[in-house]
Amino acid sequence: MKSLLEGSRAVAEAVHLCRPQVIAAYPITPQTHIIEHLAQFVADGDLSAMFINAESEFGAASIVLGAVASGARAFTASASQGLLLMTEVLYNIAGMRLPVVMVCANRAVGAPINIFSDHQDSMSVRDAGWIQLYVESNQEAVDTVIQAYRIAEACELPVMVCMDGFFLTHTFEPVEIPQQTAVDEFLPPFHFARALDPSRPMTLGGGSEPDNYLEYRAGQHRAMEQARDVIEAIDADFSDHFARGYGGLVDPYRVAGAETVTVTLGSTMGAVRDVVDTLRENGMAVGALRLRCFRPFPAQALIHCLAGAKRIVVLEKAFSAGAGGIVTGELRAALHQAGLATPVEGVIGGLGGRDLTPAVIEAIFRRAATGASSVACRFADLNSDAAPST
Amino acid sequence: MDTRDAFRHNVLTSGHRACSGCGEAMAARMVTDLIGPEAIYVNATGCLQVFSTHNQQSAWQAPWIHSVFANAAAVASGVEAALRARGEDTPVIVQAGDGGTFDIGLQCLSGMIERGHDVLFVCYDNEAYMNTGVQRSSSTPHAVRTTTSPPGRVSEGKHHLKKDLISIVAAHRMPYAATATVAYFPDLRAKVDKAMRIKGPRFLHVLSPCPLGWDHDAALSVTVARLAVETGLFPLIELEYGAVTGVTRLARQQPVEEYLKLQGRFKHLFADKGGAEEIRHLQALADANIRRYGLLDANTEWDTDRASQTQRHGRGGYAASSREVSP
Repeated sequence: MKSLLEGSRAVAEAVHLCRPQVIAAYPITPQTHIIEHLAQFVADGDLSAMFINAESEFGAASIVLGAVASGARAFTASASQGLLLMTEVLYNIAGMRLPVVMVCANRAVGAPINIFSDHQDSMSVRDAGWIQLYVESNQEAVDTVIQAYRIAEACELPVMVCMDGFFLTHTFEPVEIPQQTAVDEFLPPFHFARALDPSRPMTLGGGSEPDNYLEYRAGQHRAMEQARDVIEAIDADFSDHFARGYGGLVDPYRVAGAETVTVTLGSTMGAVRDVVDTLRENGMAVGALRLRCFRPFPAQALIHCLAGAKRIVVLEKAFSAGAGGIVTGELRAALHQAGLATPVEGVIGGLGGRDLTPAVIEAIFRRAATGASSVACRFADLNSDAAPST
Repeated sequence: MDTRDAFRHNVLTSGHRACSGCGEAMAARMVTDLIGPEAIYVNATGCLQVFSTHNQQSAWQAPWIHSVFANAAAVASGVEAALRARGEDTPVIVQAGDGGTFDIGLQCLSGMIERGHDVLFVCYDNEAYMNTGVQRSSSTPHAVRTTTSPPGRVSEGKHHLKKDLISIVAAHRMPYAATATVAYFPDLRAKVDKAMRIKGPRFLHVLSPCPLGWDHDAALSVTVARLAVETGLFPLIELEYGAVTGVTRLARQQPVEEYLKLQGRFKHLFADKGGAEEIRHLQALADANIRRYGLLDANTEWDTDRASQTQRHGRGGYAASSREVSP
């Protein structure tokens, strides 16, 4: 049965179903409702977990690090400045191969300070060694949190579930919350072989020198490479259990026969799907593809879906200043490596919560369909009057 | 094998890479041997972490984790929460240097104490960033020479005072905070034993001389630590719920010169008139400690702050405990 739930509430229910033993968090908009609901579950005795109010996001990440190293299933959530404050610990969690799960309620990064959604926060920690899954809807957020624990614990890699702040976290949608028994069947209890335990003393986080550091790092990369199959298999298994699946790594929409394909991430895909339908009705050969898994980067899956496209637009909500769109660059490299010369246009849009309306998306498609493309990244819906003079 | 080892846990075992005369290695060996291997140790980045877990080797015979520099107290909070969630009460111990305690780790330490985690935080204080090459920390005493507080034509060394950390920690009204040194083992043992009998956040501040950074003879580490106490520069005290409840009194006070002259880090103070003034300043700081804690007074009864203990015993949270020893 579906219930009408705010995204944050739905995610909190999903976390509850995963039976975390330790939850640590520091409040930051738009993540707050998630942790408020979890705090209430614990206060009411409905969720038997230690709820730790950290003194900072740096502390929150460190607390879940310690909890998972001790063999407990743990959860945290953050966004924006908070995620960046965690950065040092995010790398450390990944390097120690600790299966931490967190939700990033995607938000812009200052300055200028802005509480609304884009992907600059999670994209800025893309090299930290975390699996990153970007969700489109509140239902997918619920289901991906449950999948994330299975993935993390199978791969001994941390997983960041990225959901757009406000667009998802604060929006009410009909959501089916799975039954506890079904989740218990899908997600077995967590057993961590390297847990801190006096009966089997181990040293975690010791030193490394030039003669072996490279090998540790290469091992981390190998684990990420192997995680692609695990992510696909677990999404398929989830689909068997709950009759809902998300394509694993990528989520293509009407790409068959499409000449122009727009690649995007997160909740933007909803509007993109509508625009694709409209343009298809008007006889334009367009399609779309949602990058669900950004790390590990699913180059093969992307090429498989995009090989037939004549031109590709990447519409993304983050960029590397002075270089351009992050997904754009990675997709170009993957196509080049596969011997494809498909032009890829990078479009940055929706920053700081700016709506990517169907009209804006349609204009992007129509411009691309004319064959206009440039290596330089473009900003969609850029209003030069709104910019301060410099 | 030294047969005396049969009577020790050797939690921090031999073969590590500390410098000869290292006060921190001595202190860590004492503290961890008193606590034993049935505990989980969380280490901040620093000398102890570097010399004990060099390049895929480990000198630890107990579960031990190091994450990053600033977060040892938060990692320990998570370890303790995980144990608590499972109904286990394995002791959790943090070990950190003064950088990981006074400076970069202070926020996480404050959070750990405020939330009442059942963790013993041990700070091995060698009064500068020794691991990175003797840079000044907020624990470095006034007028000390370090590589980032060098004496020069217009400077007498570190300009600022040593941070009064034990007061800051005790101001959290926590169950137990104490200072100790490697020079007084029975005193250190009594404080570790006491700390391990108490539930909740506990803090132990152990002055640990560094022959490299303090520039003294490696054979004199214990002597130097003893003089730090006997001069009044490093008072040995215990605080419970914010109130001073124990003071290790001195038979007589040594002049600070006796302490300073053994260490190259104070050598510049003996060179000129400006230095002499700084020595008078350091003497005044020692004298202030003598007065503040009554270090030369006869033994008196010290009142424990029962009121704040009662405040701590509210419903829920961390106050409820099976291991708690009634006062």
